[in-house]
Amino acid sequence: MSALTDLTIAGARAALEKRECSARELAEAHIAAAEAARHLNAFVAETFDLALGQADASDKRLAAGEGGLLEGMPLAIKDLYCTKGVHSAACSHILDGFKPPYESTVTANLWREGAVMLGKANMDEFAMGSANVTSYYGNVINPWQREGDNKPLVPGGSSGGSAAAVAARIALAATGTDTGGSIRQPAAFCGLVGLKPTYGRCSRWGIIAFASSLDQAGPLTRSVEDAALMLQVMASYDAKDSTSVDVPVPDYAAALSGEVKGLRVGVPAEYRLDGMPEEIEALWRQGIDWYRDAGAEIVDISLPHTKYSLPTYYIVAPAECSSNLARYDGVRYGLREEDSDLTQMYERTRAKGFGAEVQRRIMIGTYVLSAGYYDAYYLKAQKLRTLIARDFQQAWEKVDVVLTPTAPSAAFAIGEKMDDPIAMYLNDVFTVPASMAGLPGISVPAGLSAEGLPLGLQLIGQPFDEARMLNAARFMEIAADFTARPAGASGGAA
Amino acid sequence: MAIDKATVLRIAKLARIEVADEATDGLADELNAIMAWVEQLSEVDTEGVEPMTSVVDITPPLRSDTVEAVAPRDDILANAPNAEDGFFVVPKVVE
Amino acid sequence: MSDYRIEGQTGDWEVVIGLEIHAQVISNAKLFSSAPTAFGAAANTQVSLVDAAMPGMLPVINGECVRQAVRTGLALGAEINLYSVFDRKNYFYPDLPPGYQISQFSQPIVGAGKVEIDLESGETVEIGVTRLHLEMDAGKSIHDMRPDATFVDLNRSGVALMEIVSEPDIRSPEEAGAYVRKIRSIVRYIGSCDGNMEEGSLRCDVNVSVRKPGEPLGTRCEIKNVNSVRFVMKALEYESERQVEILEDGGEIAQEPRLFDANQGVTRPMRSKEEAHDYRYFPDPDLLPLKLDADWVEELRVALPELPDAKKHRFMDEFGLGADDAGVLISEKETAEYFEQVAAGRDAKLAANWVTGELFGALNTAGLEISASPVSAEKLGGLVDRVADKTLSRRIAKEVFEIMFESGQDADAIIEERGLKQVSDSGAIDAVVDQIIADNPNKVAEYKGGKDKLIGWFVGQMMKASQGKANPQMANEAMKKKLDG
Repeated sequence: MSALTDLTIAGARAALEKRECSARELAEAHIAAAEAARHLNAFVAETFDLALGQADASDKRLAAGEGGLLEGMPLAIKDLYCTKGVHSAACSHILDGFKPPYESTVTANLWREGAVMLGKANMDEFAMGSANVTSYYGNVINPWQREGDNKPLVPGGSSGGSAAAVAARIALAATGTDTGGSIRQPAAFCGLVGLKPTYGRCSRWGIIAFASSLDQAGPLTRSVEDAALMLQVMASYDAKDSTSVDVPVPDYAAALSGEVKGLRVGVPAEYRLDGMPEEIEALWRQGIDWYRDAGAEIVDISLPHTKYSLPTYYIVAPAECSSNLARYDGVRYGLREEDSDLTQMYERTRAKGFGAEVQRRIMIGTYVLSAGYYDAYYLKAQKLRTLIARDFQQAWEKVDVVLTPTAPSAAFAIGEKMDDPIAMYLNDVFTVPASMAGLPGISVPAGLSAEGLPLGLQLIGQPFDEARMLNAARFMEIAADFTARPAGASGGAA
Repeated sequence: MAIDKATVLRIAKLARIEVADEATDGLADELNAIMAWVEQLSEVDTEGVEPMTSVVDITPPLRSDTVEAVAPRDDILANAPNAEDGFFVVPKVVE
Repeated sequence: MSDYRIEGQTGDWEVVIGLEIHAQVISNAKLFSSAPTAFGAAANTQVSLVDAAMPGMLPVINGECVRQAVRTGLALGAEINLYSVFDRKNYFYPDLPPGYQISQFSQPIVGAGKVEIDLESGETVEIGVTRLHLEMDAGKSIHDMRPDATFVDLNRSGVALMEIVSEPDIRSPEEAGAYVRKIRSIVRYIGSCDGNMEEGSLRCDVNVSVRKPGEPLGTRCEIKNVNSVRFVMKALEYESERQVEILEDGGEIAQEPRLFDANQGVTRPMRSKEEAHDYRYFPDPDLLPLKLDADWVEELRVALPELPDAKKHRFMDEFGLGADDAGVLISEKETAEYFEQVAAGRDAKLAANWVTGELFGALNTAGLEISASPVSAEKLGGLVDRVADKTLSRRIAKEVFEIMFESGQDADAIIEERGLKQVSDSGAIDAVVDQIIADNPNKVAEYKGGKDKLIGWFVGQMMKASQGKANPQMANEAMKKKLDG
């Protein structure tokens, strides 16, 4: 494996600046790595020619001293982002052949700062899943393997292709989206840093919607500093998104002192779940100790409505998705199953175009919004959401960040937890509460499971306080000194 | 349970998803399991709690009444499975 | 209370009507996108990515549409809700790209208001307005381009509509017609909608049921998309009769959407086999609740132009016009403005006569709107001046008006060119008098012999000789003086 693919964004920027390599060489190294790791199925559309063109343009700008913040950085872009003239299908059959005539705001921000697109990353269909097993384009394989076992593991989801690509060193970083944990949970499963910003921090314009009140774009990276650099560029106020919030984007990387003395770290009692693996508990205790030893103040807090977050999520998100996905009707783009009858055309197109999990969620969402059930389910859930958000608001009077595990387990094998939807949903039990409250969260690789798989700890921050949350994450990164690497990255392992 | 076969068919019709007859029972079971699980929300007293409309507490921006260049018709129709004479074409609708 | 009744075999039936008026907001851009709203463009050429519901596209509210909705609410004397919510109304239709219409369901921008309507009988009736909300229009489905296919044009998709919902306070086709005209007049006065029913910028859904007076409400039918005042009235006449017949035959009214067939003058059920609608309204998570500033609303209230009712009363008080003339003159903002220009500094009653008489007659014959009148208010004013100062007799003035309407010339130019000026010069008149006396010695003798009535014959001769231009009063006096002298 070439050293160029081992760099972080910060390292690659330095290498380009010192002329140790060119952007083209950086792109070529990643393309070679991607070709060698195709068995992971991380990309659903490779855009290598585009990448090389962008890299050449980057070299010119660098030579002219006009390089942007991410000049020449080869990235994987989740298939949920609309990229102009390039496959953008949310990994759904129903968007077959769709090539948008527009570019999402977030990716436009990235290209403006010189980033390079290697390809569109695999994901759960319409971002609905926690294991990347619902993609129309097939499962993604986690480059990590259990010690002494080469059973293919899931990378987590829904940003599974993004996570696998970054973990396997075939992309320097990746974009993901997080609705209930879709960045943080795969980051934890793949030993990465995964950041979900505050709702409203990154524009949703041009990102295919799953659940509008929850969806947020964010990066998956191999270091906290890289996450800061990516967020710096991805975040912006966008007048085209009515839920975008007009607050300045601070210099996130500049805030990374790693100093946490006096930081008030909240530890919520309700995150201690029955039946949670002991090694997750132990890691969490370890995390608490790191902060305490560094002079942070550990505060026991209560977030009493935590246990209701997940069922609340499974009303709100399906309700929104049932409506958001109504536009996939075979009329203006994507798949169409021809029929002489309009209703038949709709029904056959949508039955064929949507996978089982997406159909399930559309059905649930349709049901909870339908006449006679709205108050009992949807309205009730929105009230719960108010209570969940209020829990956090009260906590912020006492603490600066909240520390929790990211996921209740390490990566599991493809095929496990697959027949029970609810068992699968429980993957997001620790990530969903912050989503429901619109808060920023970050997963940092903090240790290994007994089987040698990465485990993550999550920090939840106050609204638009990503800088402080990132600094707390930087501290944890130093304390954890996570250096393990996946075994299954290069080809032939599977 | 709440969701019987007829309900599955009614929801599927509203959602415009064709459901094979033999699939309805299995689907009803799955949906019932999920609904039974979310049922735990009913144990929370939400009397007097305002439902959340958005996690961001801002006044929405209003766009100015300015016309901007629209997408060329070719872009609008480029991805259409069936377009003719500048129109999208769908199976005959009776009004 | 209206005494309009359908006479059935079992007695009289009362008709209960409520109207939903969809009025297109006057704006450059659409409600949630920056695409233009102009009427009549080639198919799918005024469609933004948002209007086509491309994946990942998001709506942003057009502030002008909000402003116009608030102004309209204020003009309806309605409550303005400082907090309102946009909801999604979910249903599938090919001309509804997102699969939902963004509308306002439980928390509309405008609450209860009312309008007054004037009836033929001279009675004034108050009709309650339940609410006004903003919503996006759908595209257009064209069914007759091919037998086996429907063609979809999204140009209208996303255009802003105000839905104005009345209380079921309307009791007759006449009231319904007057209500629609009143709403149309109000929105045109304040410039929030052009009221053009032919182009569909104002259209009505008509809800109607019948009952025996004093009984509870019957089952109603909704007649969709009626696009003229006359059709609203015709559709109501037909539909209420139809319902009475069914009920008297022991039948039941099916609660269903119907269409009015203007050619046959009948309503018939829509043919689509719609299953029961379940729109699954919920707040649109892409749009935050709309919050208005009370001071801003107050500014809009203060800045509203004079509304039709106020103008009518002012015309009656200020110009001394009767209710009928005032009512006719204020019905259209343009007419009222035209009239005020003609009346300014002139005899208002005379001005009103000319506007409602000659001008309306000529426009009507020519099939023109007042805005397209070939005779401008300024020119009509010039003509009224010449009548007032007796330059023109009433008869000649009508001739001048006809020439004006044809040529667009002003009155003085026509009078000058054609020499139509009334002769009021006593020297000239005396000369004609002398001539006629000289030419008719026998008549003079008869007159002097006591046939006083011959004065009329003499004046007639004068008018003939002057081709009608002699001032009749002066001619009469001069002739009398000469004959008697």
